[in-house]
Amino acid sequence: MTATKLLVENLHKCYASNEVLKGVSLEAKAGDVISVIGSSGSGKSTMLRCINLLEQPNQGSIALNGEALELIPDRDGSLKARDPKQLQRMRAKLSMVFQHFNLWAHMTALENIIEAPIHVLGLSRSEAIVRAERYLERVGVSHRAAMYPAHLSGGEQQRVAIARALAMEPEVMLFDEPTSALDPELVGEVLKVMRDLAQEGRTMIVVTHEMGFAREVSNRVIFLHQGVIEESGDPRTVLVNPQSERLRQFLSGSLK
Amino acid sequence: MLYDFLPNILSGMVITLSVGIASLLMALLLGLAGAAAKLSKSRWLVGIATLYTTVIRGVPDLVLMLLIFYGGQTLLNDLAPRLGFADAININPFVAGVMTIGFIFGAYLTETFRGAIMAIPAGQREAGIAYGMSIVQVFVRITLPQLVRFALPGFQNNWLVLVKSTALVSVIGLDDMMFRAGLAAGATREPFIFYTAAAILYLAITTVSILLLQMVGKRYSIGVKAAQL
Repeated sequence: MTATKLLVENLHKCYASNEVLKGVSLEAKAGDVISVIGSSGSGKSTMLRCINLLEQPNQGSIALNGEALELIPDRDGSLKARDPKQLQRMRAKLSMVFQHFNLWAHMTALENIIEAPIHVLGLSRSEAIVRAERYLERVGVSHRAAMYPAHLSGGEQQRVAIARALAMEPEVMLFDEPTSALDPELVGEVLKVMRDLAQEGRTMIVVTHEMGFAREVSNRVIFLHQGVIEESGDPRTVLVNPQSERLRQFLSGSLK
Repeated sequence: MLYDFLPNILSGMVITLSVGIASLLMALLLGLAGAAAKLSKSRWLVGIATLYTTVIRGVPDLVLMLLIFYGGQTLLNDLAPRLGFADAININPFVAGVMTIGFIFGAYLTETFRGAIMAIPAGQREAGIAYGMSIVQVFVRITLPQLVRFALPGFQNNWLVLVKSTALVSVIGLDDMMFRAGLAAGATREPFIFYTAAAILYLAITTVSILLLQMVGKRYSIGVKAAQL
């Protein structure tokens, strides 16, 4: 039950001379829900995007289920995958939910969900549709299956995006501020879906500003500040009784 | 009198359309390649594509056409003996016309396609990458279908201008619609009648094109909210 799913060690990322991540490590065991908090510019989104190499880290290692992603230096000094096929295979097991949903605008909700299972995992169309319908149901938007993203509300779009991530049946789900682009009254429906997923025992890494979610749903909180993990641990300890001055300031600011 | 020459002019229209379609195909390939090069990370590719669009868009079509037809001919004939060809090589006016027009409109389509690709939110490509798709899959499955929609208005303009530019190939001796209308006008001393006939035929081609492209536009604007005022 406590097998390590994702192991990220010593991530460094610089943009020109600006070092955004200064050696961040993270371990997610099966069923872990890890909330990553921190003020904007603390590097939390960058960290998440380095895990599936949407951003190329300058240093560090990433392993999924014990399989290390082989990294070699790129021309600009950052790291890239030695074998693009291995990276694609890993990405397929690390599905990501984006702040701005990033649904494909020319496809219906259903087509969005079956796209990667068919073209990446190699499922047949009918298998993929069965799977997609199950997950649309799961996130409560089956009545929107035939609609295009432009005709859905933000909350519905994000729930379709979560169904799209689920349809990959990933090892680890990466959430990049999934509620930050939503109107306040739509945040709840998305958080509820994420809460249910956490209870199902899915392994999730959630970059978020929702302190309630971090406190009540996750079993670990990581507080990033200026590219380093300033504090981490059980949310009931870390958030209730912060040790560092930075976290205290951050929490008092975010409670206002 | 018009009727005597009309079949002849109409068969010239087939040549006009052939030149138009052949050069469009070439322009589409060059445009896609140019847009990909301009949006690539390689400084070399960006440089070459920028040189291409800047030079081609900055020189009149007629000048380029004469340059390629006569200049190319001279160059080939200078080179041919050295490469072991005994005979002089003649550039076929059809080939020269298609090459020139395709080359010119490839530059315009480069810009059209570049703009269209940039209009697709980058997050959609990123989502494809993040789900394990290859670069080619992302292009074919996500970028291309949406590119059609964003590129269509600019593409329509380019196609209309391209069709009209084919009239220039009459200058290098291709007996297209314009060339034959010119001959008829000269032979009968009735320029007004025959150039009007040519004008009407060009208008027919462009009008039909606009209607067809509108249908394509409807097909590809699926999933898009129509703007309402």
